[in-house]
Amino acid sequence: MELRGKKVIALGERDGVPGPAVAECARGAGAEVVLTLTACYV
Amino acid sequence: MGLEDQAAVKRVADEHGSGVVVLLGTPDAESTQTLAQTVVAGDPSYAGPLAGVPLGLPVLHVFEPEVRDQVPADVYEAQVALMEMSLDRDAILAGLREARRVAATT
Repeated sequence: MELRGKKVIALGERDGVPGPAVAECARGAGAEVVLTLTACYV
Repeated sequence: MGLEDQAAVKRVADEHGSGVVVLLGTPDAESTQTLAQTVVAGDPSYAGPLAGVPLGLPVLHVFEPEVRDQVPADVYEAQVALMEMSLDRDAILAGLREARRVAATT
């Protein structure tokens, strides 16, 4: 799936790739980030 | 996924409609499957705002080759590459494939 032009929910996780890092990748691919979250499971 | 996060995802999906894609950064197969299920079929714990709400959003993981190929190499290197080396990428992507298989059969 091509991300360019898509609206992306960046759903990262504290123990994985955080939301802002996922969002940067999405923007780099030409997508519009409409929500950035970093889940945290303890 | 926390209740507030579920509410935020539901709000954004309602606002933007079918053009929304979810890009995950989850660290293992279990969390990948759980989050994918939540945004595709609804909250599996039936506790949050997405309980019984099948958003049906397309789900990708930032470790997938088809995603990585679209991200500028310097961005991917700076944001993701270190975690990709330290996590079990194959298991994560297997979890995502399983979530997609389940979604396709329900």
